[in-house]
Amino acid sequence: MLTVSLVLVFVIAVIVGTSIPLGRHIARVFEGRSTLLDPVLVPLERGVLRLAGVDAGRQHDWRAYARALLLSNLVMWLAGWAIVTLQHHLPLNPDGIGNMEPTLAFNTISSFATNTNLQHYAGETALSYFSQIFVVTFLQFVTAGTGIAASVALMRAVAGARSAVGNFYVDLARATVRILLPLALALATVLLWQGSPATLDGAATVVTLEGHTQIIARGPVAAMVAIKQLGTNGGGFFGANSTHPFENPTPLTTLLEIWAILAIPMAMVWTFGVLVKRRRLAVMVFAVMLALFVPLLALGLAAEAGRSPEPAGMSVGPVDAAMEGKEVRVGTALTALWSVSTTATSNGSVAGMHDSLTPLGGLAAMAGMWLNTIFGGVGVGFINMFVFIVVAVFVAGMMIGRTPELLGRKVEAREMKLASLALLWHPLAILVGTAAACYVWSATTGSGSALGWLRNPGPHGFSEMLYEFTSAAANNGSGFEGLGDNTPFWNISTALVMLGSRYVPIIVPLALAGSLSAKPAAPETAGTLAIDSATFGVTLWAVVVILGLLMFMPVAVLGPVAEHLAGG
Amino acid sequence: MPARARALSIWDPAIVAGAVAGAVRKLDPRQQLHNPVMFIVEAGSALTTLIFLQEVLAGTGRPLFTGQVACWLWFTVLFANFAEAMAEGRGKAQAETLRRTRTDMVANRVGHDGRVTTVPASNLECGDIVVVRAGELIPTDGDIVEGVATVDESAITGESAPVVRESGGDRSAVTGGTRVISDWIRVKVTAERGHTFVDRMIALVEGAERQRTPNEIALNILLALLSLVFLLVVATIRPLASYAGAEIPVTVLVALLVCLIPTTIGALVSAIGIAGMDRLVQHNVLAMSGRAVEAAGDVNTLLLDKTGTITLGNRQATAFVPLPGISAADLAEAAQLASLADETPEGRSIVVLAKDRYGLRACEVGDRTSAFVPFTARTRMSGIDLDGRQIRKGAADAVMAHVREKKEEIPPQLEATVDRIARSGGTPLVVAECGRPLGVVHLKDVVKGGLEQRFAALRAMGIRTIMITGDNPLTAAAIAREAGVDDFLAEATPEDKMALIRREQREGKLVAMTGDGTNDAPALAQADVGVAMNTGTSAAKEAGNMVDLDSNPTKLIEIVEIGKQLLMTRGALTTFSIANDVAKYFAIIPAMFVLAFPQLGALNVMRLSTPESAILASVIFNAVIIIALVPLALRGVAYRPLGAATLLRRNLLIYGLGGVVLPFAGIKAIDTLLTLAGLA
Repeated sequence: MLTVSLVLVFVIAVIVGTSIPLGRHIARVFEGRSTLLDPVLVPLERGVLRLAGVDAGRQHDWRAYARALLLSNLVMWLAGWAIVTLQHHLPLNPDGIGNMEPTLAFNTISSFATNTNLQHYAGETALSYFSQIFVVTFLQFVTAGTGIAASVALMRAVAGARSAVGNFYVDLARATVRILLPLALALATVLLWQGSPATLDGAATVVTLEGHTQIIARGPVAAMVAIKQLGTNGGGFFGANSTHPFENPTPLTTLLEIWAILAIPMAMVWTFGVLVKRRRLAVMVFAVMLALFVPLLALGLAAEAGRSPEPAGMSVGPVDAAMEGKEVRVGTALTALWSVSTTATSNGSVAGMHDSLTPLGGLAAMAGMWLNTIFGGVGVGFINMFVFIVVAVFVAGMMIGRTPELLGRKVEAREMKLASLALLWHPLAILVGTAAACYVWSATTGSGSALGWLRNPGPHGFSEMLYEFTSAAANNGSGFEGLGDNTPFWNISTALVMLGSRYVPIIVPLALAGSLSAKPAAPETAGTLAIDSATFGVTLWAVVVILGLLMFMPVAVLGPVAEHLAGG
Repeated sequence: MPARARALSIWDPAIVAGAVAGAVRKLDPRQQLHNPVMFIVEAGSALTTLIFLQEVLAGTGRPLFTGQVACWLWFTVLFANFAEAMAEGRGKAQAETLRRTRTDMVANRVGHDGRVTTVPASNLECGDIVVVRAGELIPTDGDIVEGVATVDESAITGESAPVVRESGGDRSAVTGGTRVISDWIRVKVTAERGHTFVDRMIALVEGAERQRTPNEIALNILLALLSLVFLLVVATIRPLASYAGAEIPVTVLVALLVCLIPTTIGALVSAIGIAGMDRLVQHNVLAMSGRAVEAAGDVNTLLLDKTGTITLGNRQATAFVPLPGISAADLAEAAQLASLADETPEGRSIVVLAKDRYGLRACEVGDRTSAFVPFTARTRMSGIDLDGRQIRKGAADAVMAHVREKKEEIPPQLEATVDRIARSGGTPLVVAECGRPLGVVHLKDVVKGGLEQRFAALRAMGIRTIMITGDNPLTAAAIAREAGVDDFLAEATPEDKMALIRREQREGKLVAMTGDGTNDAPALAQADVGVAMNTGTSAAKEAGNMVDLDSNPTKLIEIVEIGKQLLMTRGALTTFSIANDVAKYFAIIPAMFVLAFPQLGALNVMRLSTPESAILASVIFNAVIIIALVPLALRGVAYRPLGAATLLRRNLLIYGLGGVVLPFAGIKAIDTLLTLAGLA
């Protein structure tokens, strides 16, 4: 256990360490300073912008920025929906995959357009290569770019940009072409080298040693896996996601993919430090996120590595580690690290079945999505933390005897209204969604042995439904699975939750930052709240933990906690 | 009156009795609507009461439990109402005293034809002229247009020593309800009917005009958010639990909801606001708006007039320093002549010094033809024209400008002397005759004791003090050093003062200042916190957003502290209220679900005896904590002038950590008592 912990500490230290220069690089790109890759990427960026007919010199205020964001996302949504529902008639379909059913398409496109990547289908049987490349992979790039752009606009407003927060299209192009593209290219190359396929040929038919015929699905996997991890997308080429050897072939790729999950979400905090010219503040925010991440990781690790009861129906006695549902190549420790990282960051790729996590391991995964701000989705994780910062500033600011101020700007009624709206959405989506699912399940499923869309009874079945709405609301996309989720109820309800949970927590905080930046900034004195101090860090941590606890403790108790206590 | 108010204890029996009655009266749901948190509690109380009645009539359920929950929920509402009524009660007692002064007043109105008629004071209009003689009450607010009188203002200020009021200048304003003790005055009415100072004061202390302040509104939004979140949490529990086949009684859900929503701060928030205003009144300061009180807590810069605030206000002449070729006695004589009409302490001290040192008698000049030249803020000189002699005395630069105007030489010794005196912290007063400088009078300032520590405390809070003075920069610097202020504005004209305020505000700073003269009015209006002295002109009082009845400029420091204390109390109780919820969850959630999942008994970390006792103990704790915190809400949290970081650490430990820990102990204790009493 000690060795395992030391290895994990080392892995995390490397990820944190590399996130710092990456964050600075992202800031350089958005500040328009020169970077190493400019000679290749700047012309490409210009070309994309010219092709799209964007007037790069135009600056937007937060309203225009938000409008551009929504409009571009709507266009991509419509195009994506059209492609998957018509994919049978489109090229690059060697396996002859049929058109997607409309409610499933509604869910799938909403899922990819919102950077969620919740999948109510298995990629190898439901999507053509055309859809995988031009819908899924494309959206995995641009939605991650959208998140980065939105957070950079918010950071500029926090830094004091009075009216203009940037040009959305330019920011989107920069994020996609100059940050995501080179990283994804590099990662995809390594994946290719390690064994991930990259082909447009149809599924391979092979004869096994025993003489049976086996069909092995393949396709342009390596490219998609790279951006799936880097852009906190998580949607796999295959239904089995990163447990599939083509998506995650070797121990090296396991570590690299974990790095890719965390790198940009972590880096955005450092980017913030550079853009607002407050390094100490970035250190504080990063420390708070890490202080939320480490306990969840410890919980997940302890839960997965601990002895688990004798598996039902097998007389093998208690086992030393919870290996059920785990990929043997990955093991318990890395699965725990992966599951906590992928849920904390709203990535959603999996390297082991979350349905098979121990109850507390599952709790750690869900808690990351409930808070949804521990590094979080690319860009949006930081935006969520910003809302918590505003609330913490409000409470702490009063306690030092001043009207609360964030970097000198007064936090007043309008800001509290917007912060409240942003904070309220998340529990609303999860609690009402799960309650509705419980109600529908109780109403449609007879008592006794019938399980309806659940595969497990009792608290575990509850967790399956809770996890699905949690994942949708956190724009995470991982599935607990064990849930028959390709039904109109789940397709439509989770799609609506994903859409709301994407745009409300982006637009509302943008309005909040815009409202703050319009105010005059008071100078900092010994009497103002130093939000880069350790004391404020503790306050912020406590605000996140207590609000999270108060919102989600009842469901946590009804699901994973009840299951854990029953088993122990 | 406020002098007596200061003596009122928090638990004055009359106020408590009034508050108990008020608490019941405030049960009216229309009154609760302005407070979403307490409105939810009242709705919950009504709902559980109905369930209780239904259970009793139908003989089902657990009426003993439901009845107790309903009962304590009503108590929660009553306790919140009581807190508000207590805060209002203190103001009402003061308003009552004020009202008595207002009733049955009559006025002697002077008509256009000069005839005096007696009319009720309530008939007076703006611009009317009234005559007030010794022994009569001044019927309404106004400015003296003729006469001098001593006025007893104790009804307003609590100060029993009468003050002199006279026409013209900065001492001309009189307040309705005060009494003329000697002489008579003609007063021009300046206040609209029903809008006199006393009317405003009554409305203020009664809280009738109380509008919520910006921070209070923002806090209420946060509280509404939390209430909504918990409403959501509680509303979804029934369908969620239905999955597990658990039937959660509505009474339990209401109890959980009331325990979770921030009732502690919700119940006390308006009491805190009223009590903050009341604390100002007890310091004899009237704030015209709550906004100003909050702004006081945010002040970055204090502008303090040197005279009367930092120094004792009576500079004394200590030496005559003649220029070469002029005898000290000549200088003294000229200085004395120039000061004869100067009624300021400085002027008088020159006359006295000349008499003491050189035996010059002031009365010797009395019968000669003379014209006094009064001091103005612009010329910053005063003097006398006497038998062809033009004697002027004043600030060094002002007199030097005067000398230059007369095309006379400025001897180098003059500047040297002026510099030397100024650098020693004294005030050089240059005397010139017919444009020829004679020498310098050395005036010395006496800095008030104890100010240095107060300025240091303000600095720790991040507040910069700037001393405003008409002195030259050297004198100002010396006094500034002695008093320990951060900065000074020397040779200040009203325009300079205004410019300084604007400059600070442009940098995003909030500025507080005091003032009394009419020429202070624009600056008072511009400042974020403008405290007018009650002795000042009505223009100054109109311009400022606070009036200090004691006319003590140092009061600004206390006003800032009260503003900070108000916000700190709100913040501390909000933190406490939210932190409390953790323990309540651990009490109620196991109790709620333990039937469906017996294993959840493990979460009952407090080992509460039964599910009913756990829920009841939480509800009781939730109600009782409101009453326990009423004194804190009314008095405000302990205030110490510390830096922001230290304050935050202290308050987080006490109200944050304390707020998490205390309810665990409290709920356990109440649970034990309930079990012993056999109530659950």
